[in-house]
Amino acid sequence: MNAPLRPSRRAFVVTAASAGGALLVGCKPGEVISLGAPSENFGPFGPFIRIAPDGAVTVVCKHIEMGQGTHAGLAAIVAEELDADWSRVSVVEAPANSKVYANLAFGLQGTGGSSAIANSWDQLRHAGAAARAMLVEAAAQKLGAMAAELNVKDGVISNPATGHTATFAELLPAAATIAPPQAPKLKSRASYHLIGADRVRRKDSPAKVTGEARFTQDVRLPNMLTAMVVHAPRFGGKVKSFDDSAARRIPGVVNVFAIPTGVAVVAEGTWAAKQGRDAVKVEWDESRAEIRGSDELAALYRDVAAGKGPADVKWIAFESHGDTAIAPGSGQVLEATYDFPYLAHAAMEPMNCVAEIGGGKTKLTFGSQFPGLDQVNTALIAGVLPGSVEIETLFAGGSFGRRANFKSDYVVECVHIAKHVGGGRPVKLVWTREDDMAAGYYRPLTHHALKVTLGADGLPAVWRHRVVTQSIQKGSPMPGGPVDTTSVEGALGSPYLAGTPVVDAQLAHMEVGVPVLWWRSVGATHTAFAMEHSIDQLARKAARDPIDYRRALYERAGAGAARHRAVLDLAAEKAGWGHPSAGYAQGVAVHESFGSVVAQVAEVKLENGTPRVGRVVTAIDCGIAISPDQIAAQMEGGTCLGLAAALYGAITLKEGRVQQLNFDTYRVLRMNEAPQVETHILPSTNPPSGVGEPGTPLIAPAVANALLALNGQATYSLPFVKSA
Amino acid sequence: MALILNVNGRDVTVTSPPDTPLLWVLRDELGLTGTKYGCGIAQCGACTVHLEGQPQRSCQAPVGSLAGVKILTIESLGGNHPLQAAWIRHDVPQCGYCQSGQIMSAAGLIARTPDPSDADIDAAMSGNICRCGAYQRIRAAIKDAAGAPAQAAP
Repeated sequence: MNAPLRPSRRAFVVTAASAGGALLVGCKPGEVISLGAPSENFGPFGPFIRIAPDGAVTVVCKHIEMGQGTHAGLAAIVAEELDADWSRVSVVEAPANSKVYANLAFGLQGTGGSSAIANSWDQLRHAGAAARAMLVEAAAQKLGAMAAELNVKDGVISNPATGHTATFAELLPAAATIAPPQAPKLKSRASYHLIGADRVRRKDSPAKVTGEARFTQDVRLPNMLTAMVVHAPRFGGKVKSFDDSAARRIPGVVNVFAIPTGVAVVAEGTWAAKQGRDAVKVEWDESRAEIRGSDELAALYRDVAAGKGPADVKWIAFESHGDTAIAPGSGQVLEATYDFPYLAHAAMEPMNCVAEIGGGKTKLTFGSQFPGLDQVNTALIAGVLPGSVEIETLFAGGSFGRRANFKSDYVVECVHIAKHVGGGRPVKLVWTREDDMAAGYYRPLTHHALKVTLGADGLPAVWRHRVVTQSIQKGSPMPGGPVDTTSVEGALGSPYLAGTPVVDAQLAHMEVGVPVLWWRSVGATHTAFAMEHSIDQLARKAARDPIDYRRALYERAGAGAARHRAVLDLAAEKAGWGHPSAGYAQGVAVHESFGSVVAQVAEVKLENGTPRVGRVVTAIDCGIAISPDQIAAQMEGGTCLGLAAALYGAITLKEGRVQQLNFDTYRVLRMNEAPQVETHILPSTNPPSGVGEPGTPLIAPAVANALLALNGQATYSLPFVKSA
Repeated sequence: MALILNVNGRDVTVTSPPDTPLLWVLRDELGLTGTKYGCGIAQCGACTVHLEGQPQRSCQAPVGSLAGVKILTIESLGGNHPLQAAWIRHDVPQCGYCQSGQIMSAAGLIARTPDPSDADIDAAMSGNICRCGAYQRIRAAIKDAAGAPAQAAP
């Protein structure tokens, strides 16, 4: 019996080969990446906390705010330990520095894997507690009291015995001279007054309702040029030749030149750049381009899963236990296959970047999700040390995984253009929606094939599972272990498999020229569907209620499924399982991802053949809840993104060309289709776990399960609504 | 060739070619970057402004057609508009990129329909995409703001 592989946090292994150059060798990527960084004096309270002379507290946030509420969450952790006045706490983005601001789950600076709060939890509590201790020590000296006698509340330190008080502002000069304690005492959870409170709200809402919040698209710098690029119509195409004569006649167009990914047009202003770009005629070398269509690929994947694929397909077991050679018993059998299309992230702000290269400067200004990688990839082109690449990180208009790209694709494109322009002149690369949607880095096209045999007790006795997809991590500086867990996480580690006596689950990776990437909740975008929809079909075969059936499965799986059971029970109770609103059917799904377990009960009906989702009750166990309001926001938003994909999402290719270029053909969820999501948070004393992604993958199987209850029809491919 | 536009109550002279969409004139020439680019084909609503009081997609309005037309952008709301206050109370924004357009569409709605029903909200707001999925908070904030006294437009 092989020990099952367990999902682990993504880890970077930066080597010379994977980084594409000789700059990075060794196992401490953060230190290597920070080579060439200017020395910084972070002030008396360290790299994460600044206190202004008026006592206002600024939290330096090492994670980008892309909508997920990380600024509020991280600031609240600091403010709790510091006992700062929450209304006078603000947030700034950290500069790029992977030595100081590394994501402790990755070893370099970057945001992803729903890890921002989890990896910062200890670090920021210590930072806040150390600063508080320094201020308390200063207050003890000033007030002539013992530190232990003093109270701190909302930025004011008081001696309850005498009534004397001192503010952070008054204490600042003295506190700055005190050495920070190495092991400050952290608060007990019972004494939290901010963490877990409804008043932990977003810090950026005021700027985001006035239009003042600054996104990459909004950057305006003196002498700045705007760039657009003609990209190859097929992945892997290269420029053979181009005719820029018409483009150069467009008023405002400054220059046209080839770069590795196409032909760049730089102009004064966006409209001139677009008109110039559209006027360039390019002849492409497509000798190495991907020319297959997505239907062709899907058929290939189905053949591979059925054992009818090419001889060189390599299978790797990701869960295997029990005697797989035992012939399946005579119990009932579910055979099901599921097809999942490519998905575009389609963040509201199309990818873009501002670069200034030359004249002793290498600077990027944009929504950098992985500053550590963006520095390395920029340095390799600019010929500088990675730490010397300055990055000013702005708000990102969404990402859903798209900006966390090993190759820094659109960043590198901008750097090439800015290097060609030279002299440190700012260049803003703007991608149109069409550029963004056709650029690849999709959720991989994926096929699952299952054959599950039930035992006499009606529970799975033999679980055979095949997954065919493209690897996300292959060739990246984050290669993972023997299995690219991003392909199977969620099936890998499933309590259903843990409790099944015989499991034979294998993965095959296909070589396809379509770039793929993580898409909010990554492997769970398909594994949650394959597992949860299969469970409901098995429950029907066993003539069991879907919730009771899951309870039996979790009981069989043991302690590892206790949290699944808890969220299932909470969601079922709050949803009134068995008593849907009039005209609706209920469907349930439960899934663990990024350390959190979520259960959803969705109410669904069919309107003209299209699923319509009403009330969605969500229960989550995400450890200690920092901001209940923002956890709810992520459940609401994750459900909408998941539902958009489930209902309509599909990027298709015809002869290698992407067929959807904008929101007219890549349909997404709109106001009139949005469900009403209720969120219930399971009380927990565990450290915080992921919130940004775990709310996404449940709704598709919950809807499929509701439809199964409604009309007995299972769903074998997504999206639910097929385009004409 | 100069053109005079009336933007947020002021006449401004712009020099962009007349076929330039209002969106890019606002953003690149006038520096009013609250109005966002999202799709360029009137599918997402991120670029919504008011033309003569009506919510319109500025990516589809050639600037040459707008002489004498009263143009209002998100910057005209001033920050204390009941919708903006409600948006903050409900913590509507996530990434925030679409919110200028959402608020401008909502402002058009409550100007016409002071107490909008769910169906009114669906009709007025379904042209505005929010990929973060803040829809239920947008709906709640509109209903909340609809109860507040309207502020006179500039």
